Amino acid sequence: MEVTETWYLVLSAVLFALGFTGLMIRRNPLVMFMCVELMLNAVNISFVAFSGVLNDIAGQTAVFFVLVVAAAEVVVGLSLVVALMRRNADLASDDLSVLKG
Amino acid sequence: MVSVVVFAIAATVVLGGAVGVIFSKNPVRAALSLIASFFGVAVLFVIQEAHFLAFVQVVVYAGAVVVLFLFVIMLLGVDKTEDLEVEPLAGQRSAGVLLGLCVLGLVLGGLFLSGPGFGEDAGTKTEGAVALTGQQTQSGRPVRFDESLLEEGERPPADVEGLAADLFGRNVLAFEATALLLTIATVGAVVLVRNKGAEGIEIDEPGTATR
Repeated sequence: MEVTETWYLVLSAVLFALGFTGLMIRRNPLVMFMCVELMLNAVNISFVAFSGVLNDIAGQTAVFFVLVVAAAEVVVGLSLVVALMRRNADLASDDLSVLKG
Repeated sequence: MVSVVVFAIAATVVLGGAVGVIFSKNPVRAALSLIASFFGVAVLFVIQEAHFLAFVQVVVYAGAVVVLFLFVIMLLGVDKTEDLEVEPLAGQRSAGVLLGLCVLGLVLGGLFLSGPGFGEDAGTKTEGAVALTGQQTQSGRPVRFDESLLEEGERPPADVEGLAADLFGRNVLAFEATALLLTIATVGAVVLVRNKGAEGIEIDEPGTATR
């Protein structure tokens, strides 16, 4: 038995769905961010799997860019959470509606 | 056979970590489960011969990103356990699980029911690339090198060489744009968490800071 790219893609799909489910059911903004990271990692798994099956390094370059954008997203998102949680430590995701001004 | 065992263990760690993130009552445990999941992904990268990405995965994700999460959790003192029994918004959990199953069905359906794939009966691999991206976007840098083309005793170039050639070759503009993006993100973070009246700041006695 050999590990084929389909295994990776199925694993990636399951991980993506798990991250999405977490994003939907959790209300703590920090945990919701972690779920977004899980979804990004799921996509990275499929990028590397495609890179392997097409024998082209471009897929790994895409993973590199996803990594950079994820880091920037975490920085901005967590600073939003810090700015809001300073006022109210029991912040839930609904309270972010104050952002609409 | 070894790769199957490694894949099984890594996949278990990845999915177990993900489940841990979703169902942990304590944000600190969720962050630690996230590290486990990221390590599993790094192992998956290693067995697909993406060694540099596995390294970056551990350093950036399991290191920097999760430490940032833990730092914020500790800074804000929100490491209390959260009561997952109460459901403030009625029906949110069941609707969320249902939507998650829909997403899973959608992705798996797209995977197994879509057009030409990568099998022997689906044509050549170039057709697969075109079917995937709609155009010929090959970098011309292979992941695996043909062993027979190498000279005696010569080792195939590492994956990081091909990655660097692709990154600093045709993707150099996007690479420069990420530098701009990171600068903007840093400035944005500073602006967001800046304490406006910081000039005449009153320093609290230790332990009396309000949360």
